[in-house]
Amino acid sequence: MYPAVSLSDVTVGYERKTVFTNLSLEIPVGLFAGIVGPTGSGKTTLLKTILGTQSVFSGEVRLMGHPIDRLPPGSIGYVPQLESVDWSFPVTVEQVILMGLYTNKGIWPWPTRQERDKVHDLADRLGIHDCLHHHIVSISGGQRQRAFLARALVNSPKLLVLDEPTAGVDIKTQHDVLHLLGELNSEGITILITTHDLNAVAAHLPWVICFNQGLVAQGKPREIFTSDILTQTYGGEIVIIEYQGHFLVANKMQLHLEEHTGHSA
Amino acid sequence: MIDLFLEPLAYEFFRHSLLASLMVGALCGLIGVYIVLRGMSYIGHGLSHAAFGGAVVGFTLNLNFYVGAGAMGLLAALLINQITKDGKIKSDAAIGIVTTAFFALGVAIISRVRSYTQSFEAALFGNILGVTGEDLTVIALVTIFTMTTIFFMYKPLLFSTFDNEAARVFGIKTGLVQLIFSFILTLAIIASMNVVGVTMIAAALVIPASTARMLTDSFSRMLIYSTLIGAVMGVVGMYLSYTFNAASGATIVLFGALLFCLALLIKFLREKFMLHSHVHSHGALTHSHPHGPRHGKEDHIHEKGGAETSGQK
Repeated sequence: MYPAVSLSDVTVGYERKTVFTNLSLEIPVGLFAGIVGPTGSGKTTLLKTILGTQSVFSGEVRLMGHPIDRLPPGSIGYVPQLESVDWSFPVTVEQVILMGLYTNKGIWPWPTRQERDKVHDLADRLGIHDCLHHHIVSISGGQRQRAFLARALVNSPKLLVLDEPTAGVDIKTQHDVLHLLGELNSEGITILITTHDLNAVAAHLPWVICFNQGLVAQGKPREIFTSDILTQTYGGEIVIIEYQGHFLVANKMQLHLEEHTGHSA
Repeated sequence: MIDLFLEPLAYEFFRHSLLASLMVGALCGLIGVYIVLRGMSYIGHGLSHAAFGGAVVGFTLNLNFYVGAGAMGLLAALLINQITKDGKIKSDAAIGIVTTAFFALGVAIISRVRSYTQSFEAALFGNILGVTGEDLTVIALVTIFTMTTIFFMYKPLLFSTFDNEAARVFGIKTGLVQLIFSFILTLAIIASMNVVGVTMIAAALVIPASTARMLTDSFSRMLIYSTLIGAVMGVVGMYLSYTFNAASGATIVLFGALLFCLALLIKFLREKFMLHSHVHSHGALTHSHPHGPRHGKEDHIHEKGGAETSGQK
């Protein structure tokens, strides 16, 4: 079976500056993986390379064994960073979800009954059925995340890619979103996310890829989240604290500050 | 009063102008929705100037007005696409360079041959007398072609306008969509030149869509409202042009600006009204919601027994 994502000797950059060189990476089908790394480490560039929106200097990117441009439409579901969305755009939640079906055959501007039913069923499952006819700006952060997740899922993709799905939402919503992604993964969808939230990765994701202008390490969080690997990934000193079988990741500087001031930084 | 509307219709030139302004207004209104939502207002302004340069060059070479304007307009659109392809030069700079250079070429030729000034006044400011039978045919063909293209490309156009990168990932051929849109925009601008005038086209594209945006939060309704507002702008503007003996482009745009102000007022009143409507009572409990019209169900939750909670879920 072909891997869901396969990068062979890929070099990527902008104009004359390379972001990463000769990267080889395979993500098997059925994996739920999180790419972590500091700001400017090239996480988003890696994601765009996988999605085919970033041109590569050399090497080959294949998804499910196919070059990206020969992949059947609808094979990938993508949820962009919510910060990049134009919230003033005149569309309802239902229209946003329907966009996920726009590559399907059919030239008429309006959706078919089957398409509408599909959207309603999915919205029901994700708990956003009540706000289907609301303008996108009028719903909460968690509902927005679910609306864009529904758009990514509506065409039953094999690979789901999410850019910072835990950014800008509260802890409860973060937990709900990651739990939902876990459920989807158990149904067989390969999922790839980028995130800054190491503790959320440790708690919810079975696989982690540490990235900083190249692959630092990858594996199960328990194996990868060591002080050495995280320090190598982030540059600063990172401390791992084990508590009741769970582990937490903290910045050493932050801990020092808390010790001296007696307050959380 | 009715005579005021019927009297000009006795003249063939006015009937031509009225029909042309109706179609041009609707055409600009429809395309304007994409221009406004893509943040491309400047390109309408630029392409009309490039097409003007082409019309002057064509006139010098004894070519048809539409051939010169069309060739130069399309060349400008392609050049802008090409220059901005690698992202090094932003589209506003590319539009500024390419279209102003083409316009400057036209101005340079006109300044050398003074007799051209009169011939191109209509193209610059719009002229009620300038609409010929040929103009009407071109405008009708472009209007039908544009509306058909937008109808059948509704889905890829909407997706790429909302979120171009995601549209590409989902399998929409965004490069081709952009190219086709540039093509129909150029055609629409060229068809509108003699009615609205080069200097006023940007406003004719932007005003109906911006007015419609204030009246609705639905994309499909915005398309319909903007097309209708554009058509009304064209027809009323043309009557005003006849009545006040002023350039048609100016009267169309001025009437559009008035409609825009009215929409602003309606939006203001609607928000004020909706804010007040949320001061109400439930049994013994009276309360108010200090929020505008765009609130979801989660903002305003009524529980059984009259108790009520507010806030985001």
